[in-house]
Amino acid sequence: MKIVVCIKQVPDTTEIKINPVTGTLIRDGVPSIMNPDDKGGLEMALRLKDQYGAEVTVITMGPPQADAILREAFAMGVDRAILLTDRAFAGADTLATSNALAGALRCLDYDLVIGGRQAIDGDTAQVGPEMAEHLGLPQISYVTGLEFDGNKTLTVKKETEEGYQMLSVEMPCVLTVLATANKARYMTISGIMDAFEKEVEIWTASKIDIEPEKLGLKGSPTRVKKSFTKAQKGAGETFEVDPEEGVNIIINKLKEKHII
Amino acid sequence: MEKTDYKNVYVFVEQRDGVIQSVGLELLGKARDLAAALNEKVVAILAGDQVKHHAQYLIEMGADEVICIDAPELKDYLTEQYSQAIYQMVQKFQPSILMFGATTIGRDLAPRLAARLGTGLTADCTKLEISEEGELMMTRPAFGGNLMATIMCTEHRPQMSTVRPGVMQKMERDCNRKGTITDFAPTFDSSKFKVKLLKTVKEEKGAADIQAAKILVSGGRGVGCKEGFEKLQALADVLGGMVSSSRAMVDAGVMPHDRQVGQTGKTVRPNVYFACGISGAIQHLAGMEESDFIIAINKDKYAPIFQVADLGIVGDLNKIIPMLTEKLAKKTECNC
Repeated sequence: MKIVVCIKQVPDTTEIKINPVTGTLIRDGVPSIMNPDDKGGLEMALRLKDQYGAEVTVITMGPPQADAILREAFAMGVDRAILLTDRAFAGADTLATSNALAGALRCLDYDLVIGGRQAIDGDTAQVGPEMAEHLGLPQISYVTGLEFDGNKTLTVKKETEEGYQMLSVEMPCVLTVLATANKARYMTISGIMDAFEKEVEIWTASKIDIEPEKLGLKGSPTRVKKSFTKAQKGAGETFEVDPEEGVNIIINKLKEKHII
Repeated sequence: MEKTDYKNVYVFVEQRDGVIQSVGLELLGKARDLAAALNEKVVAILAGDQVKHHAQYLIEMGADEVICIDAPELKDYLTEQYSQAIYQMVQKFQPSILMFGATTIGRDLAPRLAARLGTGLTADCTKLEISEEGELMMTRPAFGGNLMATIMCTEHRPQMSTVRPGVMQKMERDCNRKGTITDFAPTFDSSKFKVKLLKTVKEEKGAADIQAAKILVSGGRGVGCKEGFEKLQALADVLGGMVSSSRAMVDAGVMPHDRQVGQTGKTVRPNVYFACGISGAIQHLAGMEESDFIIAINKDKYAPIFQVADLGIVGDLNKIIPMLTEKLAKKTECNC
């Protein structure tokens, strides 16, 4: 079985702070990590490899520094790593990103494509399904579990608001996985040593199978008009009133805020 | 693409097991504002198996027209079946705006469709407005909620977005509203139906997590004892929220550690945070100051909590909380 896992390097958003004076994001010193949902997907692929034998390829689109998460993936046990990097990819929204990944996948052999459900910097959950559509493959999102029959069929557990669903799908297909699906393995010491010996393949836009106008800013139907941090809160109103009056003030505020 | 060929504000109204989901009604409420700004219609998309009887209700909740797609293929939500149906509907009716709830269904269907239509999609919007040029402005949080971005899709149609449940306001039901109901029958290509639903399991989600709660009623030293927390619990129950605690009450053994908010507890960001009898030590503030709306109730008018509260009531929580609970409980009864 051949598995391709799509991963992304993201800033650790739990470490991001807002500069209280300028109201802008402080990005300096924020560590870059492998996106948690993607790591869950990678672990799922590596478990299939452990159990059934599989060739696992990781692919990421990003700047040259994204090499770091591909090395990490090598140290976790993947066989092949591809970095899609080119100025032509810059400024991509989810649709243009999904076009680039689909373009790369068309140049690869695979039975199964796995990605994270969403990345913690954008939280859109759109790239996986959009890529699946471009490739004409069935998709299952919000995946938390997987069983393989050893042949062609996957039985997949999908998380929903009320509980879960069990679905079956024949490969090839695309799954988008939650970080909570499993506990990702650590890198091994020898894996880390070897990871830096291995070759990360660099693919540019001309190497993949996609029309150039579908990439980057040009291929992006959406534009960020403006971005801003939430207004810093000042102290609100405080009332010194009798309890009944206080209760009425609270109820009116809750109504105003559409809470009740 | 001619932009002028695309008109009206369409809402995909989600149903599960034939039950209309609240987020769909919230979107109809928002769609009314957008349609008014554009001088266009609100159209509800109602898809499922034998769901047409809900159409009139959607009109009463804000739709001017309901496009009813009734087919056995659409009994349960499956990506490809729904994508084919909605794709064909979009081709025929040409919406200007197309909205979905940001649920496990909407967030699976909308990107699949956006790619098939070759248009833009903005996820998890918390604010939707119409610009002076008549374009949709979609605002959403990013970077874990640290940043807000306003996104537009000016050169492609439809302008698509998913919207978080609980953000938009439903319209009051108006039984006198009139609208049209249009049937639409898609042609399914079943050779593309590769995913099969084996079973759907509903389960009680395990020990509830205060980080997931939309409303938290949090108590501190001023609440004092277990009985005090029972009063907070009663308030949380009528609001559909949960009870959390400051460190003092956890250290005193009154509340378990998994309910603790603050530096050594959990960081929470509910829609409403009631700080009851909590003075507001910096370690506590670190865990809750990002809450959307903070209501502080405290006897001490100099308590630091009032500096971060959006609404502060100086008073005795033992009187205020039960009175508030009682009034809210009455309100809920009337709505039934």
